[in-house]
Amino acid sequence: MSVQAKPRKEKTTFYRFFHAARGDSPFKRLLIHLVLIFSCVIAVYPVLRVFSVSIRPGDRLLSTSLAIIPDDASFGNYIRLLTEKDFLLWIWNSLVITMATAIIGVILAATSAYAFSRWKFPGRGPALVFLLTTQMIPAAMLMVPIYIMAARLKLINTYVGLTIAYCVSSVPFSIWILKGYYDTIPVDLEEAAEIDGCSKISAFLRVLLPLSTPALAIVFLFNFMTAWNDFMLARIMLQQENMLTWTLGLQRLQGQFQTQWGMFAAASILVMVPVMSLFLYSSKWLISGLTLGSVKG
Amino acid sequence: MGGLTLESITRSLGQVGTTVLLILVASVVIELLLYLLLGKALRSRYALPFMLLAPAAVGLALLVVYPIGFEVALAFSNMSLKYFRNPTFGLAQGWNNFKTVFTMPVLKQVKFFPIFLHTVLWTTINLVFHVTGGMALALLLNRPMRLRGLYRTLLVFPWAIPQVIACLAWRGEFHFEYGFVNVMLTRLGLTPIKWMTSPSWNFAAICITNIWLGIPFMAVIFLGGLQSIPKDMYEAAEMDGASAWQQFRNITLPLMQPVMTPAIILGTIWTFNNFNVPFFINQNELETSDILVTALFRAAFEYNRYGFSAAFAIVIFAVLFIFAVLYIRTVGGLKGVYE
Repeated sequence: MSVQAKPRKEKTTFYRFFHAARGDSPFKRLLIHLVLIFSCVIAVYPVLRVFSVSIRPGDRLLSTSLAIIPDDASFGNYIRLLTEKDFLLWIWNSLVITMATAIIGVILAATSAYAFSRWKFPGRGPALVFLLTTQMIPAAMLMVPIYIMAARLKLINTYVGLTIAYCVSSVPFSIWILKGYYDTIPVDLEEAAEIDGCSKISAFLRVLLPLSTPALAIVFLFNFMTAWNDFMLARIMLQQENMLTWTLGLQRLQGQFQTQWGMFAAASILVMVPVMSLFLYSSKWLISGLTLGSVKG
Repeated sequence: MGGLTLESITRSLGQVGTTVLLILVASVVIELLLYLLLGKALRSRYALPFMLLAPAAVGLALLVVYPIGFEVALAFSNMSLKYFRNPTFGLAQGWNNFKTVFTMPVLKQVKFFPIFLHTVLWTTINLVFHVTGGMALALLLNRPMRLRGLYRTLLVFPWAIPQVIACLAWRGEFHFEYGFVNVMLTRLGLTPIKWMTSPSWNFAAICITNIWLGIPFMAVIFLGGLQSIPKDMYEAAEMDGASAWQQFRNITLPLMQPVMTPAIILGTIWTFNNFNVPFFINQNELETSDILVTALFRAAFEYNRYGFSAAFAIVIFAVLFIFAVLYIRTVGGLKGVYE
């Protein structure tokens, strides 16, 4: 495309004039803002509703009022959630499993991606295609064999099977992202380190890894989120009341026959706020990481 | 407090710690074996990369490759809760399983082909709304204006919420009397809708939830693509008298192709395989709202027909595989993968 080759235009007076001339009319700008505000309301309203339900006093949980902050707001639901339910235990279980699996997942992916990025070993192409294909397999498809394997090894109602399964589940995607990132770092840097007496491994540990911190952070976050938000695998692996992760606990709160709406909402807010802050804070990297692999190809 | 006792804390730490230790020991053993075999005995040039790959490869072999093989074996068995310990394997069993998938109801009433068509419909509806909605928001956000950062942050909310919470919250909001959807409808003077019991409205509720969940991802990805299109192109087009639609059609769409294609493929696979939304919103377990993946889950874990569900899973995978092959044919190979 010849247009792209042209040097970028400076913001000359002509440019500004031109833009002012094509600038939208106040009415159009107002319309755009209205559409965006409307979309934002749709995006945020259900979240506000959850918050609103969580601070309603117990006797007014079921109401048709649409006010976000009720007149008689109280933190009763939060207190009952923390005292009557095993909420902290659920969070603790999830946290331990998720942290361990995210760290192992990153280590597995970081080393494999190094091999994929720096060596043209036999079988590399098919292996990469295989990694891509695994993304297509529905998680539910592997549940049956994994459940039966776990049942035979007596791993149901333990964290062992769950932890191993989570470690591996995001490895293919992580390898793709990290390989894409390593590919953008010149090999010369590692070669220079090797001339200075580093081995391949220490060049990897001392040169490549520190340079890849942003990608490693993305992959860690991705692994963390995948395991943290998983419901299906935990649902088939854990049945015992005192072993639940938070997704299972929340589902129990919103059970089929009696919905503990207030406590469910309070629990949702407590889980949601840290996760969402982390997500919104890191969303810029996360997105650059998601597009990295695909754009590079 | 909150069920958090010393005993429960040490139990989870202990179990997870043991697992981590197990993984570490296994990795060390594998690495040593590979080092002795490839490095010392064969003196291979590729000893190091294979050693780097080994732990992940073993993990994937154990949790992806082996289960797939096991699944194929299961599809040729009569395994269920009754025959859990002593299933019989055989070609006749396999034939029977695959025949059942296509001829008998998958759960209680609905057969395979209606669910399949339903899944295709579900994927199409969602993807059309995700792509058009995402594109519309991205176009609106891709212009200099006030409050842009704020809009962007707020619009990403549905993506940022843990999906399980979003689904359960929406399920509550589709409650006949107290959910805000019906409350608003009543205030507008319309009749409230039976979101949970009427099959078609339940499907609509599932679609609404998933559309709400999926638009931000597309919008953010598309916005990234839009921002990389040089502004001069629009100026040049404007000088030549191109209308806004012509600019979109002839500049934006072609230049967005590299961003849109992978996003749409990913979106298709994610929607087709989406479990949480159809599973949670479908509170009354209406079979008419099930898509292939949730039907598979129910057949396996609520009806405990393991052999049958293995056959069912293979059929679902075949469907996805055919889609992928057709797609790759039309796009032209997997060149990008090899570089």
